Amino acid sequence: MGVQLDHPLHAAVALPLLAALIVFPFVVLAIDEPFYVVLASRILIFALVATSLNLLVGFGGMVSFGHAAFLGAGAYVVAILMQHGVASAWIAWPAAVAVAALAALAIGAVCLRTRGVYFIMITLAFAQMVYFVFVSLKAYGGDDGLSLASRSVVAPGIDLNSDTLFYYVVLAFASTGFFLFARLVNSRFGRVLQGIRENETRMEALGYAVHRYKLGAFVLAGATAGLGGALLVNQNELASPGTLSWTQSGMLLTMVILGGVGYLWGGVMGAAALLLMEELLAAYTIHWQLGLGLVLLAVVLFAPNGLATLARAAGPGGRDG
Amino acid sequence: MAELLRLRGLIKRFGGLVATDGVDLTVQEGEVHALIGPNGAGKTTLVHLISGALRGNAGSVFFAGEELTHAPVHERVRRGLVRSYQVTSIFTRLSALDNALLAVQAAAGSSMRFWTPVRTERAFTRDARALLMRVGLLDRAEVVAGTLAHGEQRKLEVALALAARPRLLLLDEPLAGLGPEESLHMVELIGGLAGEVTIVLVEHDMDAVFKLAHRISVLVSGRIVATGAPDEIRSDARVRQAYLGDELGSAA
Ligand SMILES: Nc1ncnc2c1ncn2[C@@H]1O[C@H](COP(=O)(O)OP(=O)(O)OP(=O)(O)O)[C@@H](O)[C@H]1O
Ligand SMILES: [Mg+2]
Repeated sequence: MGVQLDHPLHAAVALPLLAALIVFPFVVLAIDEPFYVVLASRILIFALVATSLNLLVGFGGMVSFGHAAFLGAGAYVVAILMQHGVASAWIAWPAAVAVAALAALAIGAVCLRTRGVYFIMITLAFAQMVYFVFVSLKAYGGDDGLSLASRSVVAPGIDLNSDTLFYYVVLAFASTGFFLFARLVNSRFGRVLQGIRENETRMEALGYAVHRYKLGAFVLAGATAGLGGALLVNQNELASPGTLSWTQSGMLLTMVILGGVGYLWGGVMGAAALLLMEELLAAYTIHWQLGLGLVLLAVVLFAPNGLATLARAAGPGGRDG
Repeated sequence: MAELLRLRGLIKRFGGLVATDGVDLTVQEGEVHALIGPNGAGKTTLVHLISGALRGNAGSVFFAGEELTHAPVHERVRRGLVRSYQVTSIFTRLSALDNALLAVQAAAGSSMRFWTPVRTERAFTRDARALLMRVGLLDRAEVVAGTLAHGEQRKLEVALALAARPRLLLLDEPLAGLGPEESLHMVELIGGLAGEVTIVLVEHDMDAVFKLAHRISVLVSGRIVATGAPDEIRSDARVRQAYLGDELGSAA
């Protein structure tokens, strides 16, 4: 029943994985399966976003059912700016992050006054409000969403419309983001978050300004999801209301639960497992979600704390997570 | 002696019930001030009001000359107004050492730090171990707190409060549920603290109260019916009638 506060990032695990991800496009292009580069980009984007949600749910004990609001906000900021002729990634992406962060600050300031089930419901309610706002904006596509004329412009000679180049940009963001996350959860701030998850009242009585730390985490996670949205809209070349929907929030939560709530690699493993499963099962049947349900059931039965605990039991790291 | 804590006209209602009914109380710097009274008298409610866990309907709280009536819990703790809980409130899934580490970190300045791993902050581990040593839990440092014996959990509870380096320590029934030997240890621990920190001690164990307290206030139905030195309280007719009864004889 014991819980560790330390979550070491083992170089022996992280560096080979990073190396494999760097050579990955060469391999799939060599075997002439370029589609897998696109799939890998998608997985990396969702790994980043699911990890940001895991910071809230797994480390801070804040079960947000509205994380897609920030993902979608980031996506729409890039698409709307593009529609108004602002194609530069240097402007649009920071703007996406800033808008998501501000939205998280406002929404978090209200939602974090509640706890438990109420918090779940109120984050869902806010996300639905954001959803309906964008659906009702006919100038920006309404129900149909807003498509991008092209991907964001970085610099002459760097064309993100190349899937391979885009993959490397995504990899740079995802791996940097994950590294910062690994620093964060082991820092003073990360310890405080975990303490709040364990016993919020006692943390306050120890002298921590609990609300400030929770809001800080909420804004950080929202901003990261906004970055994920900026990447995702470039990947899909479309900002759709689906990105903002409650099913998307549910999908992100499923990733975290599948991968491991409160485990360093939980978001990454959950995103990879879920998206790979979707890809595999969807090839055989349109009812792939049924298969997904069965797999989830198996995980709950055999690895109730998520896939990361399986890897932990088998891996060299011992008690990492 | 200087006045450290002053309560003026504190009132707390729960619906129709008046749990704190116009309490005026002054605690002098350096004293052990016991707060006694029958079950349901409102002792814990008063501790909540002093620590900021509850806000009163009326009245004010002054600490070290500053009004803290509306200050949140964590700000009161930063100023040295620290409490322990009657119902043990520790981090049950964490080791005793990690419990102590969180407490030590709280007293070590801002935790808005995002980069350096806490495990490399040597001073934290040193201070956390010293804290456990102080309450006699050092050999249990690696044990998950929820699996510690009840008496050990009570010690950890007090340790967490001590880490904040309190000027005023509010102890809500530190002896609750302890066996005779454990009680003795706890009384010793509190007696040892008495020299360096002002203590408000809520306790039903009259032996401990009369051993430790410099002054005693008696709370009945949310009102303070008497405040005075232990001898005065022991001989106060109203107190005998309202609460102490036969217990005094056995404690004397
Ligand atoms: N949150 C609450 N809501 C409603 N009533 C409450 C609440 N907390 C306490 N009470 C009531 O207020 C009165 C005082 O309770 P309190 O816990 O302060 O007593 P106490 O002196 O600490 O008792 P004990 O010696 O049993 O710990 C009791 O009648 C209790 O039922
Ligand atoms: Mg009580």
